Amino acid sequence: MTVLVIAEHDHATVKPATLNTVTAAIACQSGDVHVLVAGANAAEAAAAAAKIAGVSKVIAADSASLAENLAENVAAQVLAIAGNYSHILFPATANGKNVAPRVAAKLDVAQISDITKVVSPDTFERPIYAGNAIATVQSADKVKVVTVRTTGFDAAAKEGGSAAVENATGVADSGKSAFVGREVTKSERPELTAAKIIVSGGRALGSSEKFQEVMAPLADKLGAGLGASRAAVDAGYAPNDWQVGQTGKIVAPQLYIAAGISGAIQHLAGMKDSKVIVAINKDPEAPIFSVADYGLEADLFTAVPELVGAV
Amino acid sequence: MKALVAVKRVIDANVKAQVKADGSGVDIANVKMSMNPFDEIAVEEAVRLKEKGVVTEIIAVSCGEAKCQETLRTAMAIGADRGILVESTEELQPLAVAKLLKALVDKEQPQLVILGKQAIDDDNNQTGQMLAALADLPQATFASKVEVAGDKASVTREVDGGLETISLSLPAVITTDLRLNEPRYVTLPNIMKAKKKQLDTVSPADLGVDVAPRLKTLKVSEPPKRGAGIKVPDVATLVDKLKNEAKVI
Repeated sequence: MTVLVIAEHDHATVKPATLNTVTAAIACQSGDVHVLVAGANAAEAAAAAAKIAGVSKVIAADSASLAENLAENVAAQVLAIAGNYSHILFPATANGKNVAPRVAAKLDVAQISDITKVVSPDTFERPIYAGNAIATVQSADKVKVVTVRTTGFDAAAKEGGSAAVENATGVADSGKSAFVGREVTKSERPELTAAKIIVSGGRALGSSEKFQEVMAPLADKLGAGLGASRAAVDAGYAPNDWQVGQTGKIVAPQLYIAAGISGAIQHLAGMKDSKVIVAINKDPEAPIFSVADYGLEADLFTAVPELVGAV
Repeated sequence: MKALVAVKRVIDANVKAQVKADGSGVDIANVKMSMNPFDEIAVEEAVRLKEKGVVTEIIAVSCGEAKCQETLRTAMAIGADRGILVESTEELQPLAVAKLLKALVDKEQPQLVILGKQAIDDDNNQTGQMLAALADLPQATFASKVEVAGDKASVTREVDGGLETISLSLPAVITTDLRLNEPRYVTLPNIMKAKKKQLDTVSPADLGVDVAPRLKTLKVSEPPKRGAGIKVPDVATLVDKLKNEAKVI
C-alpha cells in the first residue's frame, strides 16, 4: 500500500509543514509516498513537491475550485483519489485540521489528530490534555487519516527527489461556500512554526505599542519570529496568528524567549518542546520558570532592552 | 431559524490533568468538571444571534454519561431554550459524536450548528468538520466573527498567517475560536430558570447510531520531563550562558 501526503502550499511553493509530514509518511512504512498538490495554477508547487526526498509520485490537481483551500472542495479532491491509499496524512496546520476530518468522516474511519510519533503502521502517539499526557492509540480502520504535528518530525530534504508528476482532474466547486477575503498579518520575520528563535511577549507588555517597542527590537536583533501568549492576543497587543499554545501555534524552536509570560498550562503546551527556553519575569513564582532552562527574575521593560544591547 | 449547539463535559481548564499510575488514562475522579470553553463560546454566540433576532430557538446537545445534564443546564442558563442528552456510558469518539449530531440535525433541521473547535481534553479538533461532511453541509471552522444575513452566513476565520472571511449557504456548521466572543457570567435567576427548561434524553440506539470506538488507547503516559533549569542573576550572565553553554545564539 501507499501513503498519501496532502501538501501545504501557496500554489507557488511548498510550505515547510509538508516536509515534516513526508517524514511521518515514511515512518508509516507502508511503501511509497505520494503527495497531493491541490491548487490553482499550482504547477510550480507541484514541481517543488516532486523534488522532496522520499516522494515517489506527485498528484497535481489543478482547478479554480482549489484556489482558496475551501474545505468542501479540497476534501472532495482528496476523496477522489483516497481509494488507493492505506494512510492519508495532513500537516496539523489550520488547513489540514480544517479538511482532514471531512475526509475521515466520508470514509467512515476515525481520524488520529496531531500525532508526534509513528509507533507502527497502525499505532501512533499523540498528546492529549494540552500535552500533559501522551496517548498511544491503535486504529483498526482500513485507512488511517492522520494529522501530523510538525514539531514531532524532522523536515525531509527539500531537494534530492525526482518524483513523477501526474495530473488529476480537479473537482467542481461545491457551490455551498465561497471565499470572500483575507487579512494577512504582514511580517518580514520568520513564520513561527519554522523559526529557529522565537521571542514571545505576554500581558505584562500592557499595550500593542509597548509590545512592538520592547519585543520587536529583540526579534530583529536575533532574526527571530514574534510570538505571544493568549492573554496578550486577547488584549489586542498582538495579532491572532502569533498565539503560541494548546489551541494556537505549537512551536519547538532552538531558542524560545518568554518575556512577561506567566506560563499557563495552555501556553506551556505550545512551546515546552523548544530546545532552550528562557523566561524573563518579575514574579519569582511564575510557572514559566518550571520549564525554563534559564530564568531571569527581572522587569522585562529593563531586561529586554538590555538584552538587545548585549546580544 | 433554529440553532443547534453541541456542548461537552470536560475537566475544568484550570485543572492540570494527572495520568493514572496504571497508564490506563487520565484521572477524572473527584476533579472539577466544566463545559468545554470553546463550547461555552458556541452557546454564547447562539444566544447573541437570538438576541439580535436572527435565531428563534437554541437547542443544546451533549453526548455522554448522565452527568452531562449539568453541562446542558449550564448551556440553558446561558440562554439555550432546551436540551437533548444523548446518554451513553461508552467512550464516545469524534466520529460517533458526529453521527449522533447528524441524526439530531436530520430531526431538528437547524439552519446553524455551532460547536467548539476542539475539546480541551482529547484535543481532537474533528467533530464539527465530521458533522459537516456527514450532513453534506458547508463549514467554517475557527470562527472569530459570524454575521448572518438571509440564507447566508459570513464567517471570519483564524487561520495561519492571519484572518480570512468566507461565505456559507445555510444550513451550515460553524466551529468557534477563542476570540469570537466572551461568554457572559450566568446569573442565579438564570440558573433557576434553566432548571425548568425542557431536557430530553435519548440513546444512541434511539438515533440508530453505532458508537463503538474505532481507536483503541493502548496506554496513556506522562510526557518527558524537562531537566531542571537555573536562575541567572543578570542579563550579562544570561547572554554568556546562551552563547557559551547552550550555544543557541
